[in-house]
Amino acid sequence: MAETGGPLALQAQNIVKRFGAVTALDGVSLQLAEGEILGILGDNGAGKSTLIKILTGFHQQTSGELSIRGEQMLLRSVDHARSLGIECVYQDLALANSLSIYHNMFLNREIVYPGPIRFLNHRAMRERAAQCLEDIGVHVPSVTMPVERLSGGQRQAIAVARAVNSNARILLLDEPLAAMGAREAGLIIDLIMRLKEKGGLSIVMIMHNYAQTLDIADRIMLMQRGRVTYEQHSAQTSVPELMEIVRREYRAMREATNGGAA
Amino acid sequence: MSESVNETRRRPVASRASSRFGGFAWSAELRILLVAVLVGAYFETANHDFLLTSASLQNLSQFVAPAAIIAFGEIMLMIGGEIDLSAGMVFAFAPFMMAFAADAGAPMWLAVLAGMAAAGLVGFVNGAVTVFLRLPSFVTTLGTLFLINGITLTISRGTPVSTPGGLDFMAVMGGWGYSEICWAVVIALAMHVLLRHTRWGLHTVASGANPLGASEAGIHVNRLKLGNFILAAVLAGFTGILEGVRITSIDPQAGGNQIMFLAVAAAVIGGTPLTGGSGTIIGGLIGAAVLGMLNDGFTLIGINAFTFNIILGAAILAAMIFNIHVARLSRRGRS
Repeated sequence: MAETGGPLALQAQNIVKRFGAVTALDGVSLQLAEGEILGILGDNGAGKSTLIKILTGFHQQTSGELSIRGEQMLLRSVDHARSLGIECVYQDLALANSLSIYHNMFLNREIVYPGPIRFLNHRAMRERAAQCLEDIGVHVPSVTMPVERLSGGQRQAIAVARAVNSNARILLLDEPLAAMGAREAGLIIDLIMRLKEKGGLSIVMIMHNYAQTLDIADRIMLMQRGRVTYEQHSAQTSVPELMEIVRREYRAMREATNGGAA
Repeated sequence: MSESVNETRRRPVASRASSRFGGFAWSAELRILLVAVLVGAYFETANHDFLLTSASLQNLSQFVAPAAIIAFGEIMLMIGGEIDLSAGMVFAFAPFMMAFAADAGAPMWLAVLAGMAAAGLVGFVNGAVTVFLRLPSFVTTLGTLFLINGITLTISRGTPVSTPGGLDFMAVMGGWGYSEICWAVVIALAMHVLLRHTRWGLHTVASGANPLGASEAGIHVNRLKLGNFILAAVLAGFTGILEGVRITSIDPQAGGNQIMFLAVAAAVIGGTPLTGGSGTIIGGLIGAAVLGMLNDGFTLIGINAFTFNIILGAAILAAMIFNIHVARLSRRGRS
């Protein structure tokens, strides 16, 4: 799939993940070029979340190989993945609502004064957070505002900004537009496009909405029952085509189940 | 052009930030301070000897300080979504451990440390059972409440002992009229800095607000909780020692659930909700002062002892309702 000459940001080959008797991923391969946005579509239980959790180092694959920037490795833990520049924004956003925007952006990566007690350097964190938000075009009244007073879209933007702020090179977004109105979703889509233009960041998004995904992503990947059933450049496919593939798979599955029952 | 737009947008951020301390609004503290001023003003007009004489100030400070110091530990736990019901029993337990250490020949400073270490051990048990055996802290500390009370009664055979130590030691540790409130203020400042200006405090707030999110960010939530249980117990034990020195007698029946609930009440009316995720040490100190003023004020006015608890209970409810609803109104006004 990769048409550029340089090494892929991320490559997964034949990833299998079993939880006991359940096979969540059944030989998934994935390529992510530098600066590319890959959208993963699929129903609940298709294995999208499991795939993301393997890429973040939360789970380890049963078999298959992962390469980060051309180097083959096993992601041992979330910290390990993070040290390689892989950051994930989960659906629950992992924000502490009562804390301010800048505290959230620096959560567990706080800037501290030197010295034995390592007091928090609130001023430096405020300034850096405001700068970071400005750089990626996220507008909030004040970085000292508690996150609980922000809208869903703003909160998502803060969560993305936090990941970017920690020098992410591969950003994993788990349903970044879930439960969002059109205006809010537009805010996040703009943010993702700006991040792409800035460069240096490759993005994998788990999505539900086909139209939005074709809009944002360079390439889409359709997952069904733990396998990749379709992969295409966004420009070379359409919502009806994707719907037709899903419908076909669904029918085949129903026939198989009914046939088994009969 | 776009530069100047950016400048004007950024300026209000900076000015608003500078009016706050460490990025946190002081609204919760200001609300309870308003309550404290109103309560103080009322009793001062009703009884002119209420605040501004040394005797009544001493009296007040001796009521406020113990509840406040215990409240600081409870606040750290409550922010993390936990509570320590055994604090009042640790309050009675620690001074006995100190007295036993002194009897065994330890110098007083070492005896005090022994008492606090014993309290810390109870805190460790509270924390370990809650964190590792996954019991709700309400249940864990309800168990240790009775357990520690029983241990204290058993080792003391139910009788008080006189407090060991020389005069200087006595004066510093609670004998002098204002030494307890001095301790309370110093500990309040230290705890405020811990909560607002260290990673420990910030992570405690984060883990109370979103436990899963905090651990996804790599925060060791269990370690924080364990530490805060130890901290709360050590503060409760230290308060028990201060009170033992002030009264010059160590009583196995001292403290108890009365002081623990006073501390929790001080924390709550000070602006720390029981739901976790936010809280304030300074608010807890002022909250304890409000409770102290209610207690002293009604006593000085000469309210019948039977009706006193009715009024105190109603006053606590009124203060909390005021606090919560003013908070809601001001939040609505801002958003």
